[in-house]
Amino acid sequence: MSYRTDLGRVRGLGSAKGGVHDWWMARLTSVALVPLGLWFVIAMVGLIGAPYAEVAAWLRSPLNATLMVLFLGTTFYHTKLGIQVIVEDYVHEETAKIVSLAVLNMACVALAVASIIAVLKVAVGG
Amino acid sequence: MAAQPQQRPLAPHLQIYRPQITSVLSILHRATGAFLAVVLVLLVWWLVALAAGPEAFETAHGFMGSWLGGLVLLGATFAFWYHFAAGIRHLAWDLGYGYDIGTVYKTGYAVIGISIGLTLLTYLFALLGAGGEG
Repeated sequence: MSYRTDLGRVRGLGSAKGGVHDWWMARLTSVALVPLGLWFVIAMVGLIGAPYAEVAAWLRSPLNATLMVLFLGTTFYHTKLGIQVIVEDYVHEETAKIVSLAVLNMACVALAVASIIAVLKVAVGG
Repeated sequence: MAAQPQQRPLAPHLQIYRPQITSVLSILHRATGAFLAVVLVLLVWWLVALAAGPEAFETAHGFMGSWLGGLVLLGATFAFWYHFAAGIRHLAWDLGYGYDIGTVYKTGYAVIGISIGLTLLTYLFALLGAGGEG
């Protein structure tokens, strides 16, 4: 027999209280990164050797800027979740685990913000 | 209680096993993911340099054009395509497909072939593009 209550089963959060949110978001971001990643690689190959003015003009296109921001946001979310799993698998000492998770998560957010602001500056700032 | 912890049998760990395509590809998926996380910093640098102006952009391009930068970008290209192909294989597993051992081997070799093929294709297009622009 199961000791789980009906409410607990419906909420599906399990003992960690986080449920499968991270697992699910890793899958969603990976599905989104199939088209976004393809776009990114094709775009980068097209820009190889392009001078500053050409690359800036390319990023000023609203479509390219939108896709680049989406690519960056999705990639950094996916990266944050991936790094988190690696740390949780290999760092067992509790303090080291919490500190490395905090530092790496903050680094992901900081790099995401910096790169997205850079895109916006080029795309909107003129 | 005894002072010494009881010597219980340990489950064999990674280094005990002969490398197999299943385990090697699994490790490679994680390794390429970790490598891509590091290489992302280059993309951030490239974009921030683009926003900063032509001079910073030239510095970033200078690194990407160096032999070290080229080596990192080659590694990143393969890592991207490998993680891409193996990721789709993982999504198929998540949907419940491809678990019998024959299929696992087939899709495993397919992932290796596809990621190497797409890496070569990427460089082919890169060379054609560079040639076309003179």
